[in-house]
Amino acid sequence: MVENKAATNALMLKKLLIFTVMMFLFGYALVPFYEKFCEVTGINNLLQPDKQSKEIQVDKSRWITIEFDANIQGLPWEFKSMQSSARIHPGEPVTVMYEITNMSDREISAQAIPSYSPRFLDKYLKKFECFCFTKQVLKPKETKQMPVQFVIEPSLPAELQTMTISYTFFELPANSSVIKK
Amino acid sequence: MAAVHGDVHGHEHDEHHPSGMMRWITTTNHKDIGSMYLWFSFAMFMVGGTLAMGIRAELFQPGIQILEPELFNQFTTLHGLIMVFGAIMPAFVGFANWQVPMMIGAPDMAFARMNNWSFWLLPVAATLLISSFFVPGGAAAGGWTFYPPLSTQGGLGVDLMIFSVHILGASSIMGSINIITTILNMRAPGMTLMKMPMFVWTWLITAYLLVLVMPVLAGVVTMLLTDRHFGTSFFNAAGGGDPVMFQHIFWFFGHPEVYIMILPAFGIVSEIIPTFSRKPLFGYSSMVYATASIAILSCVVWAHHMFTAGMPTVGQLFFMYATMLIAVPTGVKVFNWTATMWRGSMTFETPMLFAIGFIFLFVVGGFSGVICAIVPIDIQVQDTYYVIAHFHYVLVSGALFALFAGVYYWLPKWTGRMYNETLGKAHFWLSMIFFNVTFFVQHFLGLAGMPRRIPDYNIQFADFNMVSSIGAFGFGLTQLLFFYIVINCIRSGEKASQKQWDGATTLEWTHLPTPAPYHSFEKPPIIK
Repeated sequence: MVENKAATNALMLKKLLIFTVMMFLFGYALVPFYEKFCEVTGINNLLQPDKQSKEIQVDKSRWITIEFDANIQGLPWEFKSMQSSARIHPGEPVTVMYEITNMSDREISAQAIPSYSPRFLDKYLKKFECFCFTKQVLKPKETKQMPVQFVIEPSLPAELQTMTISYTFFELPANSSVIKK
Repeated sequence: MAAVHGDVHGHEHDEHHPSGMMRWITTTNHKDIGSMYLWFSFAMFMVGGTLAMGIRAELFQPGIQILEPELFNQFTTLHGLIMVFGAIMPAFVGFANWQVPMMIGAPDMAFARMNNWSFWLLPVAATLLISSFFVPGGAAAGGWTFYPPLSTQGGLGVDLMIFSVHILGASSIMGSINIITTILNMRAPGMTLMKMPMFVWTWLITAYLLVLVMPVLAGVVTMLLTDRHFGTSFFNAAGGGDPVMFQHIFWFFGHPEVYIMILPAFGIVSEIIPTFSRKPLFGYSSMVYATASIAILSCVVWAHHMFTAGMPTVGQLFFMYATMLIAVPTGVKVFNWTATMWRGSMTFETPMLFAIGFIFLFVVGGFSGVICAIVPIDIQVQDTYYVIAHFHYVLVSGALFALFAGVYYWLPKWTGRMYNETLGKAHFWLSMIFFNVTFFVQHFLGLAGMPRRIPDYNIQFADFNMVSSIGAFGFGLTQLLFFYIVINCIRSGEKASQKQWDGATTLEWTHLPTPAPYHSFEKPPIIK
């Protein structure tokens, strides 16, 4: 009877420990789940190119101005946009070139993170190609030019006339494997 | 109901255990461990309380007088962490250790050795946490919720906090595994699940919540640790991570956590109200289902803590309505307690006063909770003193008042002596008055826009802050009276009878002598 009780208790302990380990792993599983959820619902979509669609009509009736901003955060690079702004019609495809230069004597990898003003611009911004989708690696003193290709959807609210697309490069730790794709 | 002194022979075992310090270090007895848990949480309550006094002293007047902003932030952060993980949670585990075996007619906890371990992890964790004040850079200062990027940037203090949270988490997981196994496997014959006292039920559900979410907390602090030291970027935007994801994972743990701190309080109150109303608990089975529904709902409402963090409207609506839904089972509980008192032969000893004070003030905190659940209002009051007032109403006048009620209620059974009733009542009334002086005005401060976690404030908030600080000092001093009452009771209280409260119906009062023997229910009682 007593041993029986100890055995059932031990079985219970085993089950609960397995459950605990599963919940610990579940905590980690929330990370890919969170990313997938954001990707599927289109929230916080920073690293995925948008699909090109032929249906976007160019709205010739108005002009908008896009300003291009480039920043670096604590790494010895130079980063600039080859043009400071573009005046376009909504729906018109745009390609802008950016240039990065590694000023230091070591190989450095970095990641660009976009930021938009106004914040909700990301709803109307379709990006097909961007250097921010992958990490960038520069050898010492290397210079590289990279394009960004995008379209602003014509459904953009009419009161918006000027908007800014900004990128900031952050240094990645050596052999970082975090940035996917 | 005639008492069955089934185990008065129990005291002969007392000779076996080592005496002095080694008794407490090596003990596997649920009553010893329960006492240690309770004393530990009282010590932590004093430490956390001292930090609170520092915070209120700084906020007594506008301007910076006592604490530099960095130190002030460390005080608020450690006050939160120590009170949540060091005071409230271990205190409830202490109650579970003392009461669960006695209330279900079990001789001890299921895993006595593990029980010893889960207690002795706590002083280690507390030492790490408190010593972080003395390392270069000081203690963690990013708030008790340790959001990145502040928590990925801080110094050594943050690492100590992370390890401390790991150890505290391991301790609560071990404790709750023990409690679940004890309740499910060790009940006396005839003690069916639906005959268990409400306190045991609430702890069973709480323990399940703990094994559900504590490992997730362990996971999220591990991610923080690897982000800090091992080059991962879970929460680092520069490396492709997302700081908002931390908030989601943290609150997936954090919201059930607040119910972990309140469900056992519901259990204690559900024992005390029927005893002093001399009526059985109204709607016992609906209480069980309400507790279970609260626990389940608590797992799907986490994002109401982050309405301002950026979320689609659909998400805000879902979390708003789900949160408001929790008011339904909680309301069931409040109505059941009220209905239990209705036409009962009520008397108002200290445990009952604290229990009624609990219901009254917890409802105030519940209402402000529903107000905070409403998205447009929450966006206004986010990170203001309104939120501070809300959660102190549910955690101080909720969880802490229930703990006081439970201590006064079971102290005669634990020690064999009565506390001083006059002083007990004084403790209640002083706590009640000073608590409201401290926290009620903070609602107004919050609505007027005073932000939390800031050591200085605009001159317009000066009067209410002074009132609040005076209340806080009074509340702090009153707790020294509680310490005196307990010591006085243990040392020189009058002898208590076996069934000190004539309305009590649970096994520890009906089947065990007073004080409860060191080994109880070695032969299980028969429950009809």
